Amino acid sequence: MIMDTKGIPVIDIQGVKKIYDLGETKVEALRGVDLQIYQNEYLAIMGPSGSGKSTLMNMLGCLDTPTVGHYNFKGENVFEMEDNDLARIRNREIGFVFQSFNLLPRANTVRNVELPLVYAGMSRDERLEKAEQACIKVGLKERLDHKPNELSGGQRQRVAIARALVNNPAIILADEPTGNLDSKTGEEIMALFEDLHKAGNTIILVTHEEDIAEHAHRIVRIFDGRVAHDERNPSPRKAVRHEPEGELAGV
Amino acid sequence: MRHLILEIEESLRIAFMQVRIHKTRAALTALGVIIGIVAVTLMGTAINSIDKGIDKSLDMLGSENFYVEQWPWKDVGDDWWKYRGRPEFKVKNAELFNEILEEQSNSTISMAVPQVKFWIDISYKSRQLTSIESYGTTSEYAFASNNEIEKGRFFTKQEDLSGNNVVVLGYDVAENLFPNEDAIGKTVRFNQRANYRVIGVFKRQGSFLGMFSMDSLMVMPHKAMRKIYNGNRWNSILIKMKTGANKDMAQDETVGIMRRVRGLMPEEENDFEVNRSESVGEQLDTMKNSVALAGLFITGLSLFVGAIGIMNITFVSVKERTREIGTRRALGATRRSILIQFLTEAVFICMIGGVVGLIFTTLIVFVVKGAMPFLPIAMKESLFLIAAAVSIATGIISGFAPAWTASKLDPAEALRHD
Repeated sequence: MIMDTKGIPVIDIQGVKKIYDLGETKVEALRGVDLQIYQNEYLAIMGPSGSGKSTLMNMLGCLDTPTVGHYNFKGENVFEMEDNDLARIRNREIGFVFQSFNLLPRANTVRNVELPLVYAGMSRDERLEKAEQACIKVGLKERLDHKPNELSGGQRQRVAIARALVNNPAIILADEPTGNLDSKTGEEIMALFEDLHKAGNTIILVTHEEDIAEHAHRIVRIFDGRVAHDERNPSPRKAVRHEPEGELAGV
Repeated sequence: MRHLILEIEESLRIAFMQVRIHKTRAALTALGVIIGIVAVTLMGTAINSIDKGIDKSLDMLGSENFYVEQWPWKDVGDDWWKYRGRPEFKVKNAELFNEILEEQSNSTISMAVPQVKFWIDISYKSRQLTSIESYGTTSEYAFASNNEIEKGRFFTKQEDLSGNNVVVLGYDVAENLFPNEDAIGKTVRFNQRANYRVIGVFKRQGSFLGMFSMDSLMVMPHKAMRKIYNGNRWNSILIKMKTGANKDMAQDETVGIMRRVRGLMPEEENDFEVNRSESVGEQLDTMKNSVALAGLFITGLSLFVGAIGIMNITFVSVKERTREIGTRRALGATRRSILIQFLTEAVFICMIGGVVGLIFTTLIVFVVKGAMPFLPIAMKESLFLIAAAVSIATGIISGFAPAWTASKLDPAEALRHD
């Protein structure tokens, strides 16, 4: 867990533009975005498709770099980074959660969760221990040996969340995490995010669903490549809990 | 470095998994490499066997022996008439050679043995073999030639001088004439008339591609031979040099003595040929080289086809797993990790192909050896190393382009891929 002084943002984006050169035409996906995200924030980024929301998410996740502007991640200048440094930031500082889980289909839970640690250069024993801990955190203690096709949708997303948590990242970046789940399972996942936030994690949800966004404590709306609204959510919606599963449940 | 090892370890696990998932695909892909490796190793075995065969043939001729003959051991082409016009070799030539040799001090040559060669039918009771190569020679032949006696003995100086009707048979001749009984002491007939006693049988030498088989000849005293044959057409003199003597010096001395034997003037050309076993080796070498060249071509072609197959399937794999590549990149895989991953997969399949190919080759060699035990077939240990190196190289070469493509994928786009 990072212990930044409150004043310094984890993510500091200023005047970021992203222009895609499609030969004949140039598409300006982001037209100057300013955004600061602080430690232990629970933030939702909203926007219709084509708003630049995905581009911003890729930028935040260091999967892409801005064409113009400043991007500092924990004080490091992402804008000037080479591919290997970006990979390192993604590996150590960012936990990705995808709409379609993106698990390795033939690998069991532990194997899936330990994957980022492989790229971090950690030894096998250490990896297994950390992966197991992360699995226990998200309530998968009994599912360590299961392959994705032996798990329910909610459990699969829990595996993905454990994988995102395993390296103790600075931020968790979740792209439509409930998009492939039914509403009841979606609520379970939202409850898990709530718990993770309470435990001190910084969470960024990218979604187009109001229901989901309302769980967050701050909502950023992107429209036409710009931040249209950036407001605190005075009354974040509480996730409906069915049965507490994980270690974090009820924190 | 530790990082790299971890990445390779992870890549191997993925490769193993991929092969397990796509068994048929992996098998079909590996097939190209299997064929390539079988071609490489069989070719290597063939060349190695030819080498061994050549050595064996040269051994039979004797590496310390020269053969003074009318004809050279090579294609004479347009010079045919020149060689045809040379005088024949008589037993007297060899005797004169030995007389001169005795006068020489510090000679490099140990002895000269006349060989009167002809072909004759041999029979025992109702069994008959036709046109058997026969040598009429002196008792020194036993020391000069590399033919060893298996049963019985060679003829003595006494038998030689008095021209006793005795004969020593090659292994195959004895086998065919006396399939169920001992040849020693039996009386054989030549051309249905003369009776000769078998006193010895040569050790089996084996043949190589049908050349120089010492097993299908017979040897008798040259005086005894004169009773059944009167020509000198195919005669030669077998020269044995002293052990450890310089071969070129021995050859020069042979030429010098032969010129005296023939009474040649200094300006006159040699009217004989001194043949060395190496000249056979040279001829066999050209054969070996053509086999090697053809082999290289076939091998190269089959490996090329195999490599294309691997490249193709790795490209398909990269395409199919674009999303996985994106995910791995998002989780922190560098371009190098992805490159290593797909290279490892290609190399892994190639190595499976290599192992299976080696097993096939070993089986083929085993079967051929069993079916044709007289062939000097041998697989060298170094072939296993060569096969391993070739399959790894094939994997790297064929896997590189697709692995490079995979490593260059944009992570954000790869994640969006369906």
